Amino acid sequence: MNTIVCLGLPSIGNLISRMPGGVAQGIIWGIMALGLYITFRLLDIADLTVDGSFATGGAVTVMLILAGWPAWAASLIAMAAGVAAGMCTGLLHTRLGIPAILSGILTQFALYSINLRIMGMAANKSANPDAFNLIISMRNIPGAILEGFIIGAALIALMYWYFGTEQGSAIRATGSNSAMSRAQGINTDNMKLIGLALSNGIVAFAGALMAQYQGFADVNMGRGSIVIGLAAIIIGEVICDGLLSKGCNFGIRLSFVVMGGVVYYIVMVIILWLKLDPNDLKLFTALIVAVFLAVPYIQTQAKRSFRSAAKAHQKGE
Amino acid sequence: MLIINDICKTFNPGTINEKKAISGLSLHLKPGDFVTVIGGNGAGKSTMLNAVAGVWPVDSGRIIIDGADVTGQSEHKRAAHIGRVFQDPMMGTAPNMQIEENLALALRRGQKRGLRWGVTNSERREYRERLSRLGLGLEDRMTVKVGLLSGGQRQALTLLMASLRKPKLLLLDEHTAALDPATAEKVLQISDEIIHENNLTAMMITHNMKDAIEHGTRLIMMDQGRIILDIEGEEKRNLTREELMNKFAQVAGRTMESDKMLLSKNCA
Repeated sequence: MNTIVCLGLPSIGNLISRMPGGVAQGIIWGIMALGLYITFRLLDIADLTVDGSFATGGAVTVMLILAGWPAWAASLIAMAAGVAAGMCTGLLHTRLGIPAILSGILTQFALYSINLRIMGMAANKSANPDAFNLIISMRNIPGAILEGFIIGAALIALMYWYFGTEQGSAIRATGSNSAMSRAQGINTDNMKLIGLALSNGIVAFAGALMAQYQGFADVNMGRGSIVIGLAAIIIGEVICDGLLSKGCNFGIRLSFVVMGGVVYYIVMVIILWLKLDPNDLKLFTALIVAVFLAVPYIQTQAKRSFRSAAKAHQKGE
Repeated sequence: MLIINDICKTFNPGTINEKKAISGLSLHLKPGDFVTVIGGNGAGKSTMLNAVAGVWPVDSGRIIIDGADVTGQSEHKRAAHIGRVFQDPMMGTAPNMQIEENLALALRRGQKRGLRWGVTNSERREYRERLSRLGLGLEDRMTVKVGLLSGGQRQALTLLMASLRKPKLLLLDEHTAALDPATAEKVLQISDEIIHENNLTAMMITHNMKDAIEHGTRLIMMDQGRIILDIEGEEKRNLTREELMNKFAQVAGRTMESDKMLLSKNCA
């Protein structure tokens, strides 16, 4: 509050000029959320690996670009690195019997050291957009929004197709009812492994895009990405269910998840514009996610609480 | 069709919760046998079915389905030969998926699941026809999520899923116990029809003596992890409730005496 009083009200023009950058970053986080959706919603696993694999994606991309690789190839290798990270978590969980959430934490923890090694023991590495031909960069924000949009749309189409196939259906069944899935001959351990691998592949790819967009990779760039991804998923779903009351199909739902990432980032831009301390951003994010997670629960509770039952009785009399 | 040869299973061995659930059980089913299984709580009925389905490995003994030894096969591998319906209506279906998606999952039991479409249009026509024969109106709700169906509808759907790809063995684990009497009757009737139409080999656990007598071609009674009574053919058809009670009293009395001898046999 103090800062606002001191500096006077920030100008609307300033807010509008910041918006496009927020939208571009929001789309990249939305793409990351698409990956998280596979584990969080389809497999019903809260996979904390993503905090590490997002940074792995950025680190691998920047190092390969610095080594002279074309940006698109570097991004694909980053994706493969994410797949490997997801498989580590999957193997810890399915083959060694470690609970899913703990498996993710272990892999994430290990990835911090690995990411430092990938970047030659540096905490961050920059890839100058003037020197290299990057897929996406904040030097050209309208272009970045367009490219993010195209990549997001292509990924949604791919996911819509894959999760409609026999194998994709088996992954969804595993998340929905694993006992039934085994009775139907599905190898649920392998399905979890594939799901975790694909999820982290997409997350690492989003990390590759983010590193190129901001022009550097940082060992801490993935910190809290599970929370941001959850925020995108939950905001997107709330908007989706609000606008389309009849429920939306898988493809539309995924589109709203990417949109959720954009909404989240616009809120962040507004918070920064209000000149609140950027160090408080994580607190705001946690609050937003907690509120959006709690709203559906509170709504159903309100409908069937003892207090409302008592009220309904009084009205009836 | 099914040979269970001297299997044993002890849960939580070496702890204070140690429970010898099955001790030296053997059973031989001919093709087309429809066996009703009765017995008190803890008699080992569900344990026997779970052993056949491969929910966990047995401690000793062998399980052979249609000539193939499946003792070392995991649950999802054996599923190729086995259709199952559970006591809990929530257990047999994927609630977040549509009716037709659930059926499509079942149709691919035992097949390789690749990158072809999960549900095809020609399948949909077959599902519609099969669902309409259940007489529950599900054929017009094929894209509804299964989580929205009632327990009886779910059990009927699970039965259809279990028989969609003709199983060598159908295992019904008290699948009507959680339903109201009218719905239970309907689901039992559907079970009978499906078993007869496809000439399936089946085992059905029930707590209801009347159902055990009226349904199936063979009846087995279990107690303390063993089969203590096995009735089939003419004798099964003419069986009455009183006879069954008498036989149980006889056999139970006899087995009590010989418990020590039987329990020490083969099981560690």
